[in-house]
Amino acid sequence: MRNVLLAVLAVTVAGLFSPPAAAEDKSIIVQSTTSTANSGLYDYLLPKFKQASGITVRVVAVGTGQAIKNAKNCDGDVLLVHAKSSEEKFVEGGYGVKRFDLMYNDFIIVGPPSDPAGIAGTKEVTTALKKIADEGAIFASRGDDSGTHKKEKALWESAGVDPQKGSGKWYRETGSGMGATLNVGVGMGAYVMTDRATWISFKNKADFKIAVEGDKALFNQYGVILVNPDKCEYAKSDLGATFVNWLLSPNGQNAIATYKRDGQQLFFPNAQPLG
Amino acid sequence: MREFTLQMPHSVNAGSASKAAAKAASLFPLAVNALIFEAGGRRLIDRLDLTLSAAGTTILMGPNGAGKSLLLRLLHGLILPSDGTISWGGKQPDRDIQRRQALVFQKPVLLRRSVTDNIDFVLRLHGQADAERRQELLARVGLLELAHQPARRLSGGEQQRLALARALATRPEVLLLDEPTSSLDPASVLMIEQIVRETAARGVKVIFVTHDIGQARRLADDVVFLHRGSVAEHAPAAAFFSNPSSSVARDFLAGRIIL
Amino acid sequence: MYILHSCGNLRNKRCNLQDFAEAFRLAFGLVLSGDRDLFEIIVLSLQVSLSALMISCVIGFTLGTLVAVTRFPGRGLAVVTFNTLMGLPPVVVGLLVYLLLSRAGPLGTLGLLYTPTAMIIAQAILITPIVAALTRQIIEDLFSEYDELFQSLGLSVWQAMGALLWDARYSLITVALAGFGRAIAEVGAVMIVGGNIDHLTRVMTTAIALETSKGDLALALALGIVLLAISMTVNALALSMRATAARQAYA
Repeated sequence: MRNVLLAVLAVTVAGLFSPPAAAEDKSIIVQSTTSTANSGLYDYLLPKFKQASGITVRVVAVGTGQAIKNAKNCDGDVLLVHAKSSEEKFVEGGYGVKRFDLMYNDFIIVGPPSDPAGIAGTKEVTTALKKIADEGAIFASRGDDSGTHKKEKALWESAGVDPQKGSGKWYRETGSGMGATLNVGVGMGAYVMTDRATWISFKNKADFKIAVEGDKALFNQYGVILVNPDKCEYAKSDLGATFVNWLLSPNGQNAIATYKRDGQQLFFPNAQPLG
Repeated sequence: MREFTLQMPHSVNAGSASKAAAKAASLFPLAVNALIFEAGGRRLIDRLDLTLSAAGTTILMGPNGAGKSLLLRLLHGLILPSDGTISWGGKQPDRDIQRRQALVFQKPVLLRRSVTDNIDFVLRLHGQADAERRQELLARVGLLELAHQPARRLSGGEQQRLALARALATRPEVLLLDEPTSSLDPASVLMIEQIVRETAARGVKVIFVTHDIGQARRLADDVVFLHRGSVAEHAPAAAFFSNPSSSVARDFLAGRIIL
Repeated sequence: MYILHSCGNLRNKRCNLQDFAEAFRLAFGLVLSGDRDLFEIIVLSLQVSLSALMISCVIGFTLGTLVAVTRFPGRGLAVVTFNTLMGLPPVVVGLLVYLLLSRAGPLGTLGLLYTPTAMIIAQAILITPIVAALTRQIIEDLFSEYDELFQSLGLSVWQAMGALLWDARYSLITVALAGFGRAIAEVGAVMIVGGNIDHLTRVMTTAIALETSKGDLALALALGIVLLAISMTVNALALSMRATAARQAYA
């Protein structure tokens, strides 16, 4: 019994003293949106980058809104999110050095096979949203100020619908991540707007199907920003810049393009060649 | 572990006993003046006066609710009087005086440790952890063979004997006992009374609360009879038992119910 | 991280049962396969929660005992505060520690955010009130029994505290287990201050949350079963320790 206690003590003491060692190696923190993490993109990209640079990338995957806030608090070296106007504000505020287009995919609306709002195959997303509101069909929203949520709110606005009027009735805000919202949506037979990457890699699809896709308005652009060392004295801007440059380089862009799930490409690189 | 022989516990303690007697003199006379203790709006000790000398065994006796246990706690300084004074040789009960006394409770309070550790705890407090002395104490209360048992697994009588041994471990100048033998087996009662007698013989002042008349007769040098929170009678044992002067003591000794 | 497939239908009852069966199959498979990632996550979970527990016990035992044996103005308030803080939501603790350790926060220069240390701090804050409150209750009960004896023996407050803690040690194991249970099971605080970074701050609960958000309910459940098994092992060890000791000296 004494041996067990000693072992426990050893483990805990090791726990208390391990962090400084971990902080010394070459590593950066990326504040990221969840879709890139949940879809497995990082698991595919980061080993390649590590091999090329020797740098360990640590990903904190939260909603875009939270990621931007964390980066504003200097709790990250690189920001990788998908809400262009917020990203531009971030750079304008001096928190980021420069914003680069990195890659894109698109949003889709998924729903139950019974399709209560009758929107399956609708080409225009605003028409589909109007129908959902008119029918009072249940719609599960992120409601968490994420990139997807911002996009969704913008789409409701262009559809001329104020979903807040149906809040708690047909409009259900989960206040959680994409995966959690999809779980809720599948659970209660609600329509959900999601990015395609998350949907393809999502495992609890049940019998849900894509109802709306292909509208230009559903374009989903990802951007990458180096956190500004002028604002954040601890930001590892050299290592961060190496990562950003690699993502934008042909090697990085090619790596993004070759990542597939079930034979489908999830992200489409579209960085401007670096001048 | 040393083989124990029951030889001359007295001689081992002779030196300390005389020292105790010398120091104990400074605690006496014990003078209690107009002592009042009230709790919950009721007066439980009512203008009690009492003087005790350093010699012998004093029995505090009286019917249930007379305030015997309460008086013992007041004397020891465990609780503070509402009014009046207690003076041990001119000093109020304080931590120093408490440490020169030992109290044995009606229901023994034993640490959740072995018999040995219960004794050692007190020996260590007094800066004299000493296996030999511990063995001697355990032998005196007949617990040597149970030394490694958990204290709280002992029988009621064994527990009280251990509590007594622990009290003696502090080499007290005054030994206070609060009905220590109520509901114990006769063998334990006999052993405890024997040890109390020996202790008193070594010059330690014993103040012993009981409502057992037989026990009082066996142990008392003098008797303080309490009734309704004050002293009804204080007399040498012989006088008290042959010819009590108060009517309540007479009734009590005759086995009548006292209200 | 793991290659598997699941049933993946939350609404279909028959499929739910399959999810459960799948989860058990997976849980055993994971453990038996000796998956290195899983092992790493388990070790980190234990390191973080046991370290937090150690800190909480040092603080909580002392505070709880001190409050139990002393009388001071505002003592009632202290008791109520402990008891209230037992219900601290992990997310709130996480947020507080985040604000404290963030580079923009007062302790930002330490660079502790997104490290196991940050997680230990958060969990220690979370469970110290539990340890302190339960300790106070246990010690107070014991003290009510020992009080007069200790007073009679002329013990100082520190001597009394030492004796009480020693005599209550086996009950305090249960207290420690309660604290450990809460620490190892909480996700809200470590998610925020640890960031659920793979190979650095990912623990059992954040891994479960991640797999749930990926919709891989069977794997999430399997990890939950593994977590439960770990918890059970720790409990069994502690209780057997208690039983062994009880046979020896404690009653």
